[in-house]
Amino acid sequence: MHCGMCLPTCPTFTETGRERNSPRGRIALMRAVADGELPFSRDFAEEMSYCLGCLACTTACPAGVDYAHLLEIARSEAEQRGLLKTPARSFVRWLTLRFMFVHPRVMRAVGCLLWLYQVVGLQSLVRRLKLTAVLPRRIRELEPATPQIHPPFSDTLVAKNEPARCAKSYRVALLTGCVADLILAGVNRATADVLEENGCEVFTPRNQHCCGSIHEHNGDLDTARRMARLQIDMIDPFSVDAIISNAGGCGSHLKHYDRLLADDPTYAERATEWTRKTRDISEWLVEIGFRAPKPNLPLASTRTIVTYHESCHLAHGQKISAAPRAILRSLPGYELLECAEATWCCGSAGIYNITQPTTAAWLQQRKVGHLLATRAEVVATANPGCHLQILNGLRSADAPRIRVVHPIVLLAEAYQREGKR
Amino acid sequence: MIDALKRLLDDKNVLTAAEDIIPYGFDGTATLKQRPLAVVFPANTAEVAAVIKLTREHKTPVVTRGNGTGLSGGSVPVAGGIVLCLTRLDRVLELDQANLTLTAEAGVVTQRIYEAADAVGLFYPPDPGSMKISTIGGNVAENSGGLRGLKYGVTRDYVMGIEVVLADGSICWLGSKCVKDVAGYNLRDLFIGSEGTLGIITKVLLKLLPKPAARQTLLATFAAMDTAAETVSAIIAAKIIPCTLEFLDRRTLQCVEDFAKVGLPRDAEAVLLIETDGHPAPVAEEASKIEEIARAQGATTIVRAANAEEATRLATARRSAFSALARLRPTTILEDITVPRSKLGDMIRFVNEVATKHNLQIATFGHFGDGNLHPTILTNERDEAEMHRVEHALKEIFDHALSLGGTITGEHGVGLAKKAFLKQQLGDSSYLLLQQIKRTLDPENLLNPGKVF
Ligand SMILES: Cc1cc2nc3c(=O)[nH]c(=O)nc-3n(C[C@H](O)[C@H](O)[C@H](O)COP(=O)(O)OP(=O)(O)OC[C@H]3O[C@@H](n4cnc5c(N)ncnc54)[C@H](O)[C@@H]3O)c2cc1C
Ligand code: SF4
Repeated sequence: MHCGMCLPTCPTFTETGRERNSPRGRIALMRAVADGELPFSRDFAEEMSYCLGCLACTTACPAGVDYAHLLEIARSEAEQRGLLKTPARSFVRWLTLRFMFVHPRVMRAVGCLLWLYQVVGLQSLVRRLKLTAVLPRRIRELEPATPQIHPPFSDTLVAKNEPARCAKSYRVALLTGCVADLILAGVNRATADVLEENGCEVFTPRNQHCCGSIHEHNGDLDTARRMARLQIDMIDPFSVDAIISNAGGCGSHLKHYDRLLADDPTYAERATEWTRKTRDISEWLVEIGFRAPKPNLPLASTRTIVTYHESCHLAHGQKISAAPRAILRSLPGYELLECAEATWCCGSAGIYNITQPTTAAWLQQRKVGHLLATRAEVVATANPGCHLQILNGLRSADAPRIRVVHPIVLLAEAYQREGKR
Repeated sequence: MIDALKRLLDDKNVLTAAEDIIPYGFDGTATLKQRPLAVVFPANTAEVAAVIKLTREHKTPVVTRGNGTGLSGGSVPVAGGIVLCLTRLDRVLELDQANLTLTAEAGVVTQRIYEAADAVGLFYPPDPGSMKISTIGGNVAENSGGLRGLKYGVTRDYVMGIEVVLADGSICWLGSKCVKDVAGYNLRDLFIGSEGTLGIITKVLLKLLPKPAARQTLLATFAAMDTAAETVSAIIAAKIIPCTLEFLDRRTLQCVEDFAKVGLPRDAEAVLLIETDGHPAPVAEEASKIEEIARAQGATTIVRAANAEEATRLATARRSAFSALARLRPTTILEDITVPRSKLGDMIRFVNEVATKHNLQIATFGHFGDGNLHPTILTNERDEAEMHRVEHALKEIFDHALSLGGTITGEHGVGLAKKAFLKQQLGDSSYLLLQQIKRTLDPENLLNPGKVF
């Protein structure tokens, strides 16, 4: 089937207007390679890495083509053949995929350094002195995206075992995420709060690893499998009612552990159970019928406008669109206003803004334009990558006062306000 | 020639690398593909004309392409030829609210035309299932229909004028904003539905209508396909012309529901999606009458869309029918036969008999109100024996449609897929007349050669 229904939803096709930069075109190239009509060329490999992997096409595709899986295979093949190898690229990939994202302690150490760098003001000094000009170009373009790190990390904020705050109905495990943990640990605290408010006992393993999504996304399947096994060792899926993720990108990957470990005799069964139990936080809350927070202000008072940006891997990877909106609509004092192209990628896409800065920047600007057009004071989004990308975008657009926040944080705040009148 | 094209259009608008051109080797039709020599992207009419002059000098065939959603192989490249892709001609040039017209370049996506009109309270009715990505030039070249054909007609009914580049590179304007215009032959209509074989359409002047104030959508389910077909005949016999009368059989229904999740009944044998539009009072009255007729004919359930969003969701789900069927088998061969509406029941029964006889899976959906059926054979192009049976089945379906006074294609065009049957439908002298016209306008047979004939 090559109907083209996916084309209008594809950001890279919209950018270039060329079929090869579209899902239909990329699938045609994959097929040509599979049929021996095209060699597995460097150009082909580059096309695979030009794709954002936002998966908007999979939501649009009536035929149910599993583009995500096809892309994953093509990328991993490209990596194995080493077609895109350059010393700089190899170093960045090694640093991020094989080193930082594999060793949680390293990640935290890097996090602390970054935090120091920011707090001590080195960052602004470097920026003011234009010292960044001496950095290599890729890193330079990346520099404004260096996240604001917020220690303390989750392990200090959330205890290993926390009881439900009302009649207990479920026992759930909370995944803190690696990037999320570094920059947005508050989200994990909020997630635990909200779960406990809704009758869940929360188990949060210490010193968690990366779930491997970033590796899979970039064609490093071996490391992805290794990370998945570590996760399963950490949480026995048979011992909990649900495994909760609050980051769209991770959740999307976590739900595929069954496929990833299907050929692993010692892990396959647990991986299947893992997939069955994994839930995005908003999905889980809607499933168990979460309690709407009680208003603590007179209803007539003004309402804050909030708009929602859908993380690709939540909306397209996991097909979860309604649940986060249900949460936002339940918030007293807020009004949800939709922005244009809410389901479009913001350009963050894993490490895409590192590997393809031009397209990432174009998407970021497009996104920020739509967000500003709503005149919202709050932008809600449920993925750390999107969070940072939008935060940076707003900063460059001179709109730093707009708050970017995870929907679950807003819900946790609303519960907190209930008592205080 | 490639170098000359690059000088003309700039390097980046002339693609020749395998990775760049393989994705232009096919359209929406199953099993057809061919690698072109190059794919070129002109930016305006003058560049189109210059490309045509240049390729003519080199006797190189040119296949015009919009967004490649065609379903008869019309924009599949020709060996050794170039693909002339018009997607950079993407400007809406004028919206004339005094005369209710819109002028646009050929590469504008149909949905944008609809939206531009809608924004000022006007209405562009033709809505092919592919409207989110098909180009208006492709629509005109195929004379595309849509879901609203029954009441509003097809693309042709909205084309008041076109700009075409002829085979010799000259540029003609055919038509005007006048409601009446009989100066000279009506050549505009000759190019509508000409599938890129007579000239390249670069601009279109479209007629718009005032937007209907109200609409009501109904979904009726049936326990047998015949009953659905008879209901359609009964509605039309009762002198009601709804704007939409779409049909989906059980298989199609299930695939569409798997994709769109709009709550279609999976256990029904057939459903009709019916929409009436116009002023609120007559719309309400018509909806009630339709409901009455459907009930009398034996519909199992009838539900009304609660609001505009639900109605849009249902229509969008219906638009996905063809692609959704690809969930079942790797190859979907879609046909486009059309019969006089009184013969619908007969045709549907025949398609089912053919499926049983040749042991094939055939799903059917279509624009019932127009007598236009899309029997879709679900098969696998890699299975030779089955493909052989498919060929027999197709031949029988075409023969039967023609014997009922029907046509081999209602809206997708002849292209490559149906050219073997054209002569049988037209008869010798009409076929010859078509060939003479082609020879007159394109004496060297360079515009989309091998298509239609
Ligand atoms: C999911 C799906 C649903 C569809 N639903 C419908 C439907 O409901 N009704 C319907 O009628 N069709 C339908 N179609 C078929 C198809 O979308 C239409 O034929 C459409 O008009 C093709 O537009 P395009 O821009 O993709 O043209 P292409 O596929 O690129 O070209 C189609 C033909 O027109 C010629 N052509 C294109 N542009 C020009 C031009 N500017 N000047 C001269 N010749 C030109 C090409 O050479 C080719 O022969 C559907 C297709 C799909 C995939
Ligand atoms: S990926 Fe899906 S939507 Fe895109 S061309 Fe293929 S079948 Fe159509």
